[in-house]
Amino acid sequence: MIFTIAFRELRSMFLSPLAWTVLAVTQVILAWIFFTQIDAFFAIQSQLTTLPNAPGVVDLVIAPLFEVSSIILLMVTPLLTMRLISEERRNGTLSLLLSAPLSNTEIVVGKYIGIVLFMLLFVCMLSLMPLSLLSGADLDLGKLLAGLLALFLLLAAFSAAGLYMSSLTPSPVIAAVSTFGLLLLLWIIERNAGGSASTDGALSWLSLLNHFAPMLRGIIDTADITYFVLFITVFVMLTIRQMDSQRLQN
Amino acid sequence: MSLVNVKNLARYYGQHCAVDHVSFELNAGDILGFLGPNGAGKSTTMQMLSGNLAPSEGEISIDGVDLLDEPKAAKSALGYLPELPPLYKELSVDEYLRYCAQLHRIVRSDIASAVDLAKQRCGLDREGKRLIGNLSKGYQQRVGIAQAIVHSPRVIILDEPTVGLDPIQIREIRELITELGKEHGIILSTHILPEVQAVCNRVQIINRGRLVFASDMDSLLQRQETGIFEVAFARAPALEVLSKLPYVTGVNGSDYGRFILTTHNVSAEQIAKDAVANDWGLIRLTPTQHSLEQIFIELALGDNAGDTSGNKDTKAA
Repeated sequence: MIFTIAFRELRSMFLSPLAWTVLAVTQVILAWIFFTQIDAFFAIQSQLTTLPNAPGVVDLVIAPLFEVSSIILLMVTPLLTMRLISEERRNGTLSLLLSAPLSNTEIVVGKYIGIVLFMLLFVCMLSLMPLSLLSGADLDLGKLLAGLLALFLLLAAFSAAGLYMSSLTPSPVIAAVSTFGLLLLLWIIERNAGGSASTDGALSWLSLLNHFAPMLRGIIDTADITYFVLFITVFVMLTIRQMDSQRLQN
Repeated sequence: MSLVNVKNLARYYGQHCAVDHVSFELNAGDILGFLGPNGAGKSTTMQMLSGNLAPSEGEISIDGVDLLDEPKAAKSALGYLPELPPLYKELSVDEYLRYCAQLHRIVRSDIASAVDLAKQRCGLDREGKRLIGNLSKGYQQRVGIAQAIVHSPRVIILDEPTVGLDPIQIREIRELITELGKEHGIILSTHILPEVQAVCNRVQIINRGRLVFASDMDSLLQRQETGIFEVAFARAPALEVLSKLPYVTGVNGSDYGRFILTTHNVSAEQIAKDAVANDWGLIRLTPTQHSLEQIFIELALGDNAGDTSGNKDTKAA
């Protein structure tokens, strides 16, 4: 049942031009960045060979590519998640789900899986760029996989936050703006905390970037993965709670 | 056993009480008309019955299952068409109905036949491939109804199903509802009296959150009778002759042999008989009926001293 909702969600996304546009625009921008990174890599390649333990293609080309992807998706995810619940509420289609024999958990998780499947598709498409290097270069596949996992977990976390924001308001635009605000805050929170040592611990732990960056360098820490899983769980649970309470208050 | 059993249902929005301790039942084979002016609490009640809205107080059971304790089991016996049909405009009719069938947990192998049946009943046979967004309002409404019946639920709740349709479509939808009423219990919410007259066998009037009237169709029709008749005669008698008839309490005459008779305890049949017996050449005999609005006012008056009835009365007259 959850997957019925998830596939409908994914299908609707591709029936509107939104998903296509998002995929096309991000692919073009990222391809350009990929290209310039490779160019830069060629320029310094000769010097690298003289270094002991030199950084490889994954460190110099792919990690920056994923970093840029994360920032672009920080801006794009709110546009994808804004409609999830708020548009259904506004168009009255939510009552179809609410009067069907489904629990709120099934509805919310179904929608979440729908958007996560989209994110997975994005990550797969993005991974084609580094994989195309396989023909000519020696890739550290372990690091590459760690980077892809990091990006996927990050996008899944973005989506969870967006889903929750979308459940709060019947206006998609407000949902998008508040999702963007929340994500940006969680992204930059670490930089502010860096100034004063006292607040460092808690605030920098909250920062999405702090858990994303190490994985890009190939360090998979269970603490980071736990952070993302917790982040997702909390926002999905909050969404379910929100749906329950809206049934009560309306 | 009744299909829907509602006990002391109440709903508050903050301080405002939208539905005030309403109780009713729906039996198999009933088409229950749920009448009320705008803002009377019809839609709120429908939303609570369909599980879209949690009641503040009271109990709802559908097909013997408590909606609040076992929402999934109760909702599986329910088909609901909200005021705004819940349509995904980017899907085609077939895709949409298939999705609805899946949501209602119809076995995979039965989905195609269930969708076909629902389409056929709602006259959508030829629209299956079309996008819902491209259909006219009437057809979208039919898709909404098809969605509510695709899993052949025992209870169907239709919230103002004919709003915004043209007269032909309204007639077709009414025929469909009558047809569905043979096998399902139907609750039909509307503010249009002729609609209730056309399809329902029981009627309930709700005003300001309270049930002010509940009975079968006949008693509502009786309430509609005013005892006032508009008559016209080819060979009109004098005003005095008419006023001397035993059942006439007042006559208003006008030109061209037309009169308005205020009567007491008489059927149209009796007036017709007298007209024939006296050879007045009856050419017109129309019982004047209370409009729904008037009945509302009447019922509201009986209910709470009629504080707002004054201005409405003049409007109705």
